[in-house]
Amino acid sequence: MAEYNRPTSEAEFQNNFKQKKPLMNPTEAFYESARCLFCYDAPCIKACPTHIDIPLFIKQIQTKNTEGAAQTIFNANWLGNTCGLVCPTGVLCEGACVFNHQNIMPIQIGRLQNFATHKVIDSGKEIFKVGKPNNKKMAIIGAGPAGIACACELRSLGYQVCIFEAKNKASGLAVHGIAPYKISNEEVLNEISYLQNQLGFEIRYNTPINSKEQLQDLEKNYDAIFLGLGLGKTGALEIEGENKKGVIGAVEFIEELRSKHHHLKVPNKVVVLGGGNTAMDAASEAAKMGAKKIVLAYRNSKEKMKAYKFEYDFAISAGVDSLFNLVPIGIVGKGKVEGVKFAKTELIEGKLQTKNNDVFVVQCDLVIKATGQAKQGAFYQLIDHLKCDNQSRLLINKETFQTSNPKYFAGGDAVNGGAEVVNAAYDGKMAALGMHQWLTK
Amino acid sequence: MVDLSINFAGIKAPNPFWLASAPPTNSGYQIMKAFEAGWGGAVWKTLGIPVVNVSSRYGSVNYRDTRMMGFNNIELITDRPLADNLREIEEVKKYFPNHAVIASLMVETRKEWIQIIKDVENAGVDGIELNFGCPHGMCERGMGSAVGQEPEVLKTIVEWAKDAAKVPVITKLTPNISHITDPGLAAYQGGTDAISLINTIKSIVGIDLDTYAPYPIVDGKGTNGGYCGPAVKPIAMNMLKDLAQHPEISKIPLSGIGGIETWRDVVEFILLGATSIQVCTAVMHYGFGIVREMDAGLRAFMDTKGYHTIYDFAGLALPNVTEWKHLDLKYKVIAAINPDKCIGCDLCYIACDDGAHQAIARSIDLKNRIPSIIEENCVGCNLCSLVCPVENCITMLRKDDGTAHVTWAERTNADDIPTSFNDNRAGGIGHFVPKPTDALKR
Repeated sequence: MAEYNRPTSEAEFQNNFKQKKPLMNPTEAFYESARCLFCYDAPCIKACPTHIDIPLFIKQIQTKNTEGAAQTIFNANWLGNTCGLVCPTGVLCEGACVFNHQNIMPIQIGRLQNFATHKVIDSGKEIFKVGKPNNKKMAIIGAGPAGIACACELRSLGYQVCIFEAKNKASGLAVHGIAPYKISNEEVLNEISYLQNQLGFEIRYNTPINSKEQLQDLEKNYDAIFLGLGLGKTGALEIEGENKKGVIGAVEFIEELRSKHHHLKVPNKVVVLGGGNTAMDAASEAAKMGAKKIVLAYRNSKEKMKAYKFEYDFAISAGVDSLFNLVPIGIVGKGKVEGVKFAKTELIEGKLQTKNNDVFVVQCDLVIKATGQAKQGAFYQLIDHLKCDNQSRLLINKETFQTSNPKYFAGGDAVNGGAEVVNAAYDGKMAALGMHQWLTK
Repeated sequence: MVDLSINFAGIKAPNPFWLASAPPTNSGYQIMKAFEAGWGGAVWKTLGIPVVNVSSRYGSVNYRDTRMMGFNNIELITDRPLADNLREIEEVKKYFPNHAVIASLMVETRKEWIQIIKDVENAGVDGIELNFGCPHGMCERGMGSAVGQEPEVLKTIVEWAKDAAKVPVITKLTPNISHITDPGLAAYQGGTDAISLINTIKSIVGIDLDTYAPYPIVDGKGTNGGYCGPAVKPIAMNMLKDLAQHPEISKIPLSGIGGIETWRDVVEFILLGATSIQVCTAVMHYGFGIVREMDAGLRAFMDTKGYHTIYDFAGLALPNVTEWKHLDLKYKVIAAINPDKCIGCDLCYIACDDGAHQAIARSIDLKNRIPSIIEENCVGCNLCSLVCPVENCITMLRKDDGTAHVTWAERTNADDIPTSFNDNRAGGIGHFVPKPTDALKR
């Protein structure tokens, strides 16, 4: 039973959605940075997908060279500020901190990182340099983390860059898909403005690329194209009653929540379908929005959930109940949702079997499907010679990030099928280097 | 039963914990508060012709998140009229007749010395301390360390003081000299009843990176200060040892000063021959209350070791502090890493590889980062065990069987020492060193 009061004002919303990693004050950063051992060949660097020189930036914070610390972070990761807050640091850098081996609290790397980058972003101080113009033009589809990182790197190499974005805001899932207790919209967008102000890449908002003609135009006008379009809307479950009012995809739910805050009405009884991190986020968010009974339902066992344990624990601590080994077979209700009909599942000889004779209904007013986003397969068919794997993930050369169509490069969720912001930021940067290499060889 | 009381050159005190002459002993209020807190004695902030002080006065060396690891000041002797101080001395003695109140003094002429000694004796002090140490400000006027650096002048003033004083005379020395035994012997020969050391060390603790002025900054300028605090303790202990091992100076009691903060520091100073200790910086940092940790720790130590008074163990470390030439060249330790405790920071590896003798190898097992000692390369320098952040993870194990023993002095006598630049009796012969080009990235 969740015990959050329904937020009726922005202040109450902020109180329910308190930041999990609040901004450090200078004194806290000073003492925390003093604890870092400056390990040799530090495990945290290896655990970071973008290989930030973490001991260096922590030492720079300690010596009050905060700007230098931010520089160290951005040198490796163009979305260093966002990543400091939204990265699952407990399983990445902080999980690798050697202090864990003696049950000492690991260094709070994410918060220290955010301390440095937030400060320099807040100051507006220019720390980046645009590369010498080389008169080559690059197009990027999607202004998410991968696209932004790619744009920044390309600008620092001297390319002209134009990003085509379907929505009216940059940053993709960093704004639309991440729980509000991890990062605020302003925090994400301020970082992107900070980068854009200095590096000067163009973003064309409300400009979805979805036709062959548009793509041919891009191919004609640009030297290379980066596909950073992520994934699509939440996929269909293909079950009876799925189109009833009160059934929503998790990504759509989170997007609405992030734009409406306390104005979003979440009913008392909510069922969340899925076992990934997005499901955990959606369930926690429903609880913090004042829903009283939230049931997290996953088709397989608890052990098989893809969600990080800390995300699951967080949802449980927010008052979410969980049910395992059941699969939704229908949404019931007259016109609008009144419940989800589940069948039990069982693992038989390594295969998950649905037991259609063991069926029951969980009452609810809202169903959140966190069962995965649709792939962009249909779009990819518009591009000649573009190869995907059997899950519609773009195939790329792992070193150059070039797709099977040499003019196209790709990274982020479109390639990995859905991972962290930090993975997308790394891909975008590396793809830019791949594009540069291809155009200069 | 532990008895902490002392009789230091005739000055009696309930315990050896004294406050050094400094800002914490500026007033009767502070000293009464200190005695209430458990201090056994106090050396009053130096009296003389009152001075005019500047603002600001103190600077600090912080190490990482440790504040005031080192500390310096440019404050001078008392700026309060003598009459006020004398009245308060009298009052303190009235309330605390069994605690030690010692007046630190600094004046110029023989006449002034005689007068001020008479004045403080009349106020009831148990002893006087001659301040020949202050290395800032006062020395520019021919006092403080200016005296401590001239053994002949020092001796003369000690003689004046001894002539005039009925109470015991302690001479406080400056460390800003080459050989502490020079002023030490002069004080002894002048007839001092005891010596206290060290006063502060001439220092610049930092430069402001915007104004380029040294701390503490007085309107854009600064001057050298007197350095003290935990950072100076090793220097103080070495000088204490020099006096305590001196055949003549060691006949008089020594009061140890310099970075003392904990019971461990107290025990170390006593083991090196001090029979009272004086504290300033730790009190300026934490207040008089720190004495309870010193008191409890010292009592527990003495209880465990079965000592009744501090005289039972005073100076016991002195026979073990010898000259380098008497160290056993056959003694051999090497490092051992406890894999159950190792957290894999690899600081020992890089310290050894870059800073010492290339005797630690990184793990070849990808599942852990536990380094290993290359025993044949290890010279037993301790560095790895010093940088290791885990308690008792790296230990130094003895490898020789203790049967062989030879010192540099013995080898010198036996004519068995390297004498030419490429002598094959060099200690490093046979020690592993990598090829220079192994350092290049490939």
